[in-house]
Formats: sequence, C-alpha cells, structure tokens
Amino acid sequence: MGRLKTIARRTFLIGSAAVAGGVAFGIYAYRKPVENPLLADLPPGAATLNPYVLIDAEGVTLITPRADVGQGAVSIQTYLLAEELDVDPATIRTDFGPASGAYYNGKVAAEGMPLAAWDDGLVARTGRGAGDVIAKFLGLHLTGGSTTVPDSYDKLRAAGASARETLKEAAAQRLGVDRTALRTEDGAVIAPDGTRITYADLATEAATLDPVEAALRDPADWRWLGKPMRRTDIVAKSTGTFRYGGDLVFDGMLHATVVTNPVMGAGLTSMDTGAALAMRGVAAVLPVTDGFAVLADNTWRAMKAARAVVPVWGTATTHAATTDEMWQAHADAMTEANRDSRFADDGDVDAAPGTPLAADYRAPFLHHAPLEPANATVTYTAERTDIWTATQIPTFIRDAVAGITGQDADQVHLHNLASGGSFGHRLEDIWVRQTAEIAMQRPGTPIRMTWSREQDMAHGFLRPMALARGRGTVDAGQVRSFDLSIAAHSVGESQLGRQGLPAAGPDVAIVAAAWDAPYALPDRRVTGYRVPAGVGVSSWRSVGASHNGFFHESLMDELIHAAGADPVEERLRLIHHAPTRQVLETVADMASWDGPLGDGRGRGVAVTFAFGVPCAQVIEVSQTDAGLRLDRLWLAAEVGRVLDPVNIESQLSGGALFGLGHAIGAEITFADHRPEQSNFHDYDSLRLWQVPQVEVRALGTTGEIRGAGEPGLPAAAPALANAIFAATGTRLREMPFAKTMVFA
Amino acid sequence: MRITVDGTPHELDIEADMPLLWLLRDELGIHGPKYGCGIAQCGACTVHLDGLAVRSCQITAGEADGAEITTIEGLGTPEALHPVQQAWIEEQVAQCGYCQSGQIMQAASLLVLNPNPTDDEIDAAMSGNLCRCASYPRIRAAIRRAIQAEGA
Repeated sequence: MGRLKTIARRTFLIGSAAVAGGVAFGIYAYRKPVENPLLADLPPGAATLNPYVLIDAEGVTLITPRADVGQGAVSIQTYLLAEELDVDPATIRTDFGPASGAYYNGKVAAEGMPLAAWDDGLVARTGRGAGDVIAKFLGLHLTGGSTTVPDSYDKLRAAGASARETLKEAAAQRLGVDRTALRTEDGAVIAPDGTRITYADLATEAATLDPVEAALRDPADWRWLGKPMRRTDIVAKSTGTFRYGGDLVFDGMLHATVVTNPVMGAGLTSMDTGAALAMRGVAAVLPVTDGFAVLADNTWRAMKAARAVVPVWGTATTHAATTDEMWQAHADAMTEANRDSRFADDGDVDAAPGTPLAADYRAPFLHHAPLEPANATVTYTAERTDIWTATQIPTFIRDAVAGITGQDADQVHLHNLASGGSFGHRLEDIWVRQTAEIAMQRPGTPIRMTWSREQDMAHGFLRPMALARGRGTVDAGQVRSFDLSIAAHSVGESQLGRQGLPAAGPDVAIVAAAWDAPYALPDRRVTGYRVPAGVGVSSWRSVGASHNGFFHESLMDELIHAAGADPVEERLRLIHHAPTRQVLETVADMASWDGPLGDGRGRGVAVTFAFGVPCAQVIEVSQTDAGLRLDRLWLAAEVGRVLDPVNIESQLSGGALFGLGHAIGAEITFADHRPEQSNFHDYDSLRLWQVPQVEVRALGTTGEIRGAGEPGLPAAAPALANAIFAATGTRLREMPFAKTMVFA
Repeated sequence: MRITVDGTPHELDIEADMPLLWLLRDELGIHGPKYGCGIAQCGACTVHLDGLAVRSCQITAGEADGAEITTIEGLGTPEALHPVQQAWIEEQVAQCGYCQSGQIMQAASLLVLNPNPTDDEIDAAMSGNLCRCASYPRIRAAIRRAIQAEGA
C-alpha cells in the first residue's frame, strides 16, 4: 500500500489525467475497510464500533469529521448518524475526531476533473468513481466543494445503522434472544419485555463482535431528515456560550500574536525589540518565518507590544507591484502558450454567422475574511504536539506541523474546532505553522496565537482576479454563437503548492461554471488561460464559478439583448439540461418576470450550474435619489433531496448575499507589492440596510444529494448587473460595481 | 478600577487604555463578546454599558471604571433566555455564529430604546453589525418575532 499511496500522491492531478490515474489502483484494495482511528487513542472503559461511534460510561459520542465553518456541518452529520442510531440529536455529544485518512472525502476529488455534473455518460461516471478511489488512497480528510452532505449521506447513515444493529446483537447474545426481537430507542436497546439496556452498557460487548451490516431505513420512516431541523449548535450560538478557538483557556497558557512582512514572503532582516519587551505583560518577542511573534499574558498586550517592535523587513518580491501590472499580466497570458484548457469547443466560433458582439469583463482579487480572525493553540513537547484550531484540512496540518517539529505524524494530535466563518479560508494553514514555530521555542507552554484583523487582511490567499474576453454573434433574433476566454491564476497550483504537492494537468477551476454551463449552441467555445503564478490564490466560496458565473451570464445577457430576445425565453431555448430549465422557469414565475415595473426599475436574471446544482436568480432594483437600491431577490435551485429545508434556505440565501456584497463593494488591490486594504472599513460587504427581500425555493424533485453552501453564489452578481442594465441602460462589466455605480 | 459585569463586581489593576473587550475576554475570561476588527467596524464585540449597546473594543478600561456591563452571557442563559435570544433560536439565525453575540446585544438595546421600530429603523440600528455569512434575512425575522413576543 505504501508504494501505491506514493504513486497516488505523486500523480494527484487536478485535471483529466486523474481519471486515467484513478482506474489503475484496482478495486480490491479500495474495498478494504478503513482502519478505525479511534482505536489508537481509546480512553479506558470506552469502546468504538466504527470510525463514527465512540461509547463510554457517559454515553455515545458521534464523530462528525467534516469541518463546521458555519454551514451547519456538525448538525447535519449528527442527524444523519442519529437517524439510524436512534439517539437524540439535541443532547448527543459530538467530536470532530482525529486527523485521519479514514475520514477521506470521496466526492471532492471529482470536483477537480473536467466532468460536467449534468453528464451521466460512462466516462463521467468512471471518472467520479476514480475520484472516490483516489481520495481513499490519499486519505483525503478534507472539507470543501459543497461535498459534506453528498459524501456523508450514505456513509454516516450506514455507520449509524451498523452500530445500532451491532449493539442489538450484543444485547441479543446477553439476553439469549434473537436480534430481530429487539428494537432501539433514544440510546438504548429495548427487549420484548420492555427492559432497557443503554448503549453505554452494551458498548464493550458490542465492540468484540464483527460489525453487523444493516439495510438503511426507508426515507418514509425518517424521524428527522427531510423536515425542518433545529441546528444542534443554535442555542449555544444564541447565548454566547459557543466556544471558538480564541475562547480556549489552558493552564500556563501564553497569548501570542504574529506580524509578518507586509510583502508576503519577503522576510525579516532584523528587529529592535527593546521597547516591546519593556511593556507590561510581555514575555518574549520571537522570530517566526517571515516575521516575529510577541508573547504576553493577554492578547491585547501582545498586539500592542507588536506595534512597538521596530522591524527591518526584507525586500525580496515574488509578484508584480500593482494591480494595473497584474491586469496587464492577465491580458498578456491570453496566448496559445498559456492555454490551459478548452473543454467546450463546438462548431466553429470564428465562422459563425450573425452580427458580432465583443466585451471584456473583470473580477478582482477577494479575501475570504471570515469574522473570526485566524488563530491556533499549540503545545509542543519532545514527545507530542497538540494543536487546537479550526480547519478543513486536518491531515495536511498534522503533516505540516510534524514537518516543522521533526516528529512523526502520529506524535502530532490535531483537535479540530468549529470556525467563525471560512468561505475557504480554513483550507489554508499558515497561522498554524507559525504557532507551531512559536510553541517549539517554548516547550510545554500552550501558545494561543491570534492574528490581528490587520495581519489577517493583509496576508490572505485570495480569490483570483480574473479577466474574460467574450465574443458572440446574434442572428434573426437569436443568440447564434458564444466564445468566452478566461485568464486567471491556478488555485490548484497555488494551493497544492503550499502543501508541497505538485499539480499537473489543466485547472478546471479557471473555467468552472463556464465550460459546463448547460447551454447548447451550434458554435460554442470556452477557453482557459493560466496566468503564471504570482499572488497566492485560494479556494473562495464557489471558487472559479464565483467569477465565471458573472462572466458567462453577463455575456449571455448582452447577446440576448443584442438579439432583441427575452432574457428568460432565450435562455430556456438554449439550455439543454431539464433541471436547469426548471429552476429558471420557477424563478421567473416567483418573480412574475413578465409583470409590469415602474420607471427607473429593472429586473435581471441569471442561471448557473455549479457543484451539480442549477441555480437561477432574479433581482429587482430601483433608482432612487440616494443611488441604486436592491429591492427583491428570488432564487430557485435544484439541490435534489432536501434534508433540512431551514439550512438549505440559509445556505442558498447566504451564498447569494455573500456574492452580492462582494460584487458591489469589495476588492483587494495591490500597491508597492502589498494589499492596500487593512480592515472592514476598506473591505466591506453587505450590511442589513442593503439587503433585499429574499425568497428561496429548493425544488427537491430529483433524487440527487447535493450541497448548498456554494451553489447560491455564482448567479447573484450577474443577476444584479443584468438588473442594473435593465433599470439604467448601463452595462457593468467590472466588479466591484460600486466603482462605477452609486448604491443607496 | 472597579467594574460590574453581568451582575458580578470586579476590582482590577490594569492599564487605563486596555479596551473593555480585552478586559472582559482576557482578564475576566468572559468570552461571549468577540474580537472581529478592533476598530468598531464589525460589532462582534457589542455589550451593554449602563444599559446601552456599545462597541467594547472602543471603550477603554478607564472610561468603563464604575460602569455596569452586560454581556451576551448576562443577557440570558440557555436555561433562562432573553426574548431576543429566544427569537434568534426560533428563527435559527446563526450560521458560523461569530457575530451573533453582537447582533443580539444590538437588537436588545434597540428594543429597549424603541420597542416598536419600523423596518427602516431596524435596518439603521443594525447596520453597524457585520455578518459575513449574510444571515441578514433571519436577523430581520428574529427582531420582528421578538417585537411580537414582547408586545403579546
């Protein structure tokens, strides 16, 4: 296995080659059950039935390995397990579990392949299967790509069902009755005479049995799934009692903050620490990669003293100085030599008949900027290292810290935490590495490191800026041809590079939600160009779709208007995917698309297909004396089976509003090689007074299982730009829109 | 300095320029109020000072000397919820939850000053509180629910 794993790791391609690589692994090893990582650290008296169920004298703990960044992952994982295990989701204990390949994510690898989610052909199905195989071999314990529910849906219910039946088998053997004579209820097995035996009582016996495989319950018999659920964290999050990383307190703990070169990677030449060390509560000023850390007995004292350190920064640079130069690099990258992909190439766009139209579009760099600043606590000793942080990549962090401390991976213990937002930020780990560097210089002392907002804002790995060139023709009242070229840095190359992993093959993210937009035209082409690496870039909520939804649906809208056609009708004519047509028809109906509008008002529509979810949005705006006002937003999406209508509504609405906030007002720009923004006064997003009335409908007519965290975002910006065009006649081709339009 | 937090009096020997936020979090171990920006742009640190919502990152220990502070943890508890917290739970507002302590404290203060605000007054009072998850539609719904519950 070791060698296969090495090969798998070496060939972890982010493009088409992954499909070819995947099938070589063979099915036998893939089918071997995963080892249970809970056995390694099992407390005395506790028992475990599979990687998701731990039972001790106090009761059951469910392991929910997918990170909770606010999307409700712990809650839905708890309900999926509880539905089969028969425990109360409101009172059950949960834990994220250790960093382990046993918790591999079988769905996320397919996101990197050039497979349209609407494609049900043999190649696409084989490729998705290969993604699952690759993920298992790599032990890809990762949260992302709106895959938590798709990956967990069968896995966790099966784990819950198997644990339940194994506990029943233990009870059956103890009582000398047949297992089928027993039932379960609220954490206990019930005998025919009504005797209750708790799971805790049965656990040790059950753990000695071979796990019983059990059929999954019929959805018609579900107690919780499919109905509005109460999030398991909702009371704690409404009473200030929910604990984030920055709220943890350890005996003997020191508070720390880190300041690194404002030009990322340029290093620290020297520093004068005299004034800082003289300040109250300051314990030390220590070097870390690219900067320094201040340790104190209070986070504010550490941050205040950090401002008193006088650093001499290194002057090396790894990317262009200004945003203008970066735009030029993007324009220059649109050459054959930099061509990364052309997954869609139908007909001949150069020979297409009709009246031509051409337009360029721009999307800026964006920061994730979750409201909880990056933080981590690390305790290092020669024997073991413990890490407490909120992360979507537990095994990567464990291995990275082991590399820093020089320990084996099994000496590094990651205690994952829920995060105060992420939007992709917790796929990064630089602050955890910094905290490990500090902790190594203070063995035995827990170091709780918190970035200031200013450090956080200026040291992000960003949503790539992207440049699009659109062309097309219209003929006889119809859109005839469509040709979209997109230039951007590769997120895969940048992000995997930070983990020391190579990324070969084309990067699907550069063209995601453009090449696979389910439109059929005789002449249609989508080309991706890879801009040579510069500013470090990262997965930002909906990744490539976050700019490509805007590019694709803006160009499509311009062509439709040029043809003199109706934006809904013409899209319906061109879209070949029935669920996508259905969400568009639904949203048009919700918004009374054909209904009258007063002067100075406008409606815009956009439809995108990302993460397997078609999503259509209509936005209504009006011109006021104070500027442009967002009045209404209607959203229809097909996420397949609706497991929790409350949270799906929150995620789709949140995704759309997050998209709008950035489309209107946010960008990270560069001057003198460094970001110009430093806090929320110059990097803002939507505020309550700007929020339109929102109405969301999740259709739930297909049997698919899809995630809802990201698909709500990509259609929001183009729906707004198209509404602004309808209301004002001004076509916005560059985000953020507030650069050219005054908003109320 | 002396300060009363959630009904408990404290006497502290700390710098006069320490922000109330860090006095609460790192000196008293009260972690409900959150650090988000440090410059009064996000509202995650909102507490009540003598009954009114303030950004605790902007109030110094010197200014808070002698004050009565209520944090989210003193407003109500899981066992004895404040009506605004009850409404927040029923509307399932929180996603990541990091801003919600501040949102709830701001909303509770609004309803003390103005028990029956208009939609525009709600929007205006709450626009200093940033929610990166954009849970805003449910924030509006929860405030309306709390108004109805109070009026009933």
